[in-house]
Amino acid sequence: MAITQLPDALLVKSYIDGNEEALAILINRHQSKIYGFIYSKVSDKDLANDIFQDTFIKVIKTLKGNSYNEEGKFLPWVMRIAHNLIIDTFRKDRKMPFFRETEEFSIFSVMTDNSPNIENQIILEQVENDLLKLIDELPADQREVLEMRIYQDMSFKEIADLTGVSINTALGRMRYALLNLRRIIEKNQIILTN
Amino acid sequence: MAKLYTEEKNVTTDMYPKKETIDFILSYSKALKIVQVGTEKMELHSN
Repeated sequence: MAITQLPDALLVKSYIDGNEEALAILINRHQSKIYGFIYSKVSDKDLANDIFQDTFIKVIKTLKGNSYNEEGKFLPWVMRIAHNLIIDTFRKDRKMPFFRETEEFSIFSVMTDNSPNIENQIILEQVENDLLKLIDELPADQREVLEMRIYQDMSFKEIADLTGVSINTALGRMRYALLNLRRIIEKNQIILTN
Repeated sequence: MAKLYTEEKNVTTDMYPKKETIDFILSYSKALKIVQVGTEKMELHSN
């Protein structure tokens, strides 16, 4: 019988006895099934080739180290090795990358917390309180329009209806309110930012 | 002409690893010797 016709078990035995050609025949016989199985799991040709290669390195080491004891079940055995290596690959990829703090790299340069810290929160509260005090200084008609527009989110039409003036008057009062606020802020050099 | 509502079956082509991968495996196999030293197994690679 030609060597290419031999069953897997005899080819394995022949390879263990030193016949390198037997391995080439085994690979040739099963490469499509094994590679196809790996590719179906990883969907990446390069990765599939790497895993195929690692699978057979394991096969070679086991056979040459005389640790093989599954005669007659060569293909399922190889598939199981490939399966385990695929799982190992997925596990490795899922691991969190580890960053070490160095002089050139700080993890905080890529990780930021945009919520205001305690100091910024206090400053923001102070700014809002100062602004309320400034608004209190405005003439009553201007303060009324500004509060309705900014704090109650009303439209100028609604403000006009509620205060019994035209829309243009309401707009004008808002404009003067803002100009006056700006003037008071500049005059007293008040800083309203954090 | 009437429209056919059947689809052609997907043709699956056999997949094979790269020739380089196979060559590497066969070369690796030829270069590797495992010898038993006492209870330990040692790998010897000849280039």
